[in-house]
Amino acid sequence: MQKKTFNMGVAYDVLNTSLLLLLSLITLYPLLYVLFASFSDSNMLAGHGGLLHKPLGFTIASYRYVFRNSSIWIGYGNTILYVVFGTMLSLAMTTLGAYVTSCKDFFWTKYIMPYMVFTMFFSGGLIPTFLVVKGLGLYDNPLALLLPSCISTWNLIIMRTFFSGIPRSLKESTKIDGANEWIILTRIILPLSGSVIAVMILYYAVGLWNGWFNAMIYLRNRSLFPLQLFLREILISNSGDDMVLGINDAERQTISESIKYATIIVSTLPILTIYPLLQKHFVKGVMIGAVKG
Amino acid sequence: MKIKGNIVRGNAKTKSGVFAEIKRDYKLNKYLVFFSIPVVVWYFIFHYVPMYGVIIAFKDYNVAQGFLASKWVGIEHFKTFFKSYYFVRILINTLLLSFYNLIFSFPIPIILALVLNEVRSKVLKSTIQTITYMPHFISLVVICGMAYIFLSKGGPINSIALLFGGEEINYLMYSQYYRIIYIALGLWQNAGWNSIIYIAALTAIDITQYEAAEIDGANRLHKLWHVTIPGILPTIIITLILNIGRFMSEGSDKTILLYNEATYEVSDIISSYVYRNGLLKADYSSSAAIGLFNSVINMLLIYGSNAFSRVVNETSLW
Repeated sequence: MQKKTFNMGVAYDVLNTSLLLLLSLITLYPLLYVLFASFSDSNMLAGHGGLLHKPLGFTIASYRYVFRNSSIWIGYGNTILYVVFGTMLSLAMTTLGAYVTSCKDFFWTKYIMPYMVFTMFFSGGLIPTFLVVKGLGLYDNPLALLLPSCISTWNLIIMRTFFSGIPRSLKESTKIDGANEWIILTRIILPLSGSVIAVMILYYAVGLWNGWFNAMIYLRNRSLFPLQLFLREILISNSGDDMVLGINDAERQTISESIKYATIIVSTLPILTIYPLLQKHFVKGVMIGAVKG
Repeated sequence: MKIKGNIVRGNAKTKSGVFAEIKRDYKLNKYLVFFSIPVVVWYFIFHYVPMYGVIIAFKDYNVAQGFLASKWVGIEHFKTFFKSYYFVRILINTLLLSFYNLIFSFPIPIILALVLNEVRSKVLKSTIQTITYMPHFISLVVICGMAYIFLSKGGPINSIALLFGGEEINYLMYSQYYRIIYIALGLWQNAGWNSIIYIAALTAIDITQYEAAEIDGANRLHKLWHVTIPGILPTIIITLILNIGRFMSEGSDKTILLYNEATYEVSDIISSYVYRNGLLKADYSSSAAIGLFNSVINMLLIYGSNAFSRVVNETSLW
């Protein structure tokens, strides 16, 4: 009897683990394929059938094309600016909103909270929002990427939940000592909120880094484009062919495929290298949100 | 001190109404009022003005006249839309996509969390978590770009199909593959990430329940069925209800990246149609009408599902 259960336990573990390894492989392999293909010789890659388990004839030729392409650099520069300033703005606004609504003794809260939450239920939709942003003179203006999406109500609620968890007695004792709300927020609340601030920075920064839709509808001037818009051109609209002028069509086609692989690596590697280091903060954000959800 | 406080409260009672309350708030919480101003103004400009702007759905909007001065046309735009060939098509496509999403993208994260929970080695567990969360951080443009490369002629999927005697085709040009591709990409990107909430719920299950079950002679399957699953059932139900609440709010991002004219008949959904018709063809009023139709249904679904979750679980989003 005991032997039988033991065997069943082992079988269970083996089945479980192999299922997970298979899942991990499915998740990881497309990325590995892109990595191998990006270092492969483009002609060998074009003639190759089936999967890759190592680069075919190691070369960095396609990376040379990518780094020589000025739009990648312009896009990178713009995206970094948008991420830095957009995150600062979003964080400041979200903190203010979250702090105000976490103050239970502030009577206005009972009007502000429904005022904000209602926007999660109902929105004017794409067209009126577009017309308002355009009416404000933000069309073809980089601020159109930062202002309209500045506060995520969902993030604000996560932050508010966190603030509400800080003991009231701490605030009240500071108030008795004569501190105003600004001092309470900056000296008491924020120093205690490191983890939720980290979560907010990560959420907003990743959103800005990956965002492209607002840029597509609001920006016309190519020198303002974020990286994702250029990536869309190269990967989806196939304009990457322009990078390899002066070669015959067939060869250009082959090389432009290799360039796509290298472009994906160049644009995605930074975030994928940083992410495992920050993973626990992201997960924490989901947990804080889950308490409320 | 106490008397003064009472007087303040007394004043507010006599001068009842919002303005008196705001005035008193200002006196008591000057800084909080200042803090709230930028936030309130932001919500006003970027959420409430567009909500007001939705009146163009009942007007013949033209850019020169603006929201206010454009001519009223009543429910003309709605009538045209409900009668048009596109109405049924984009409604069905939106619903079907959400339905398939619910069938596939909802249970798989739960299964993943349950399977992960059975892994005893901490290192293995955290490695698998890191790997499966990773695609969540890759941008949609890159994910769809990868789909284009992999599914195009000469791409790896085609070369595998060739090995098995298949024909070389560009999968994204064929309607019958579109929904599978759409759902599969969503799964690849988010299945791991969406499992976090269940993993969190799993860690909250009281360990003594497992011990009690063991004493009663339960094996691992018994424990899974009688302890683990009931333990995360509330989370599963809330997530399910919220998913149903989002049934009509499938965003346009992924569709715009993936679709093309060859697949419109299955790929075009409400949000992508609004984008194409409204922004590319600058047909503002009728697109705003379709957007409003969608927003109202969304509101009812979200409100309804939230109210339902309040009844079922005594917890709600708000």
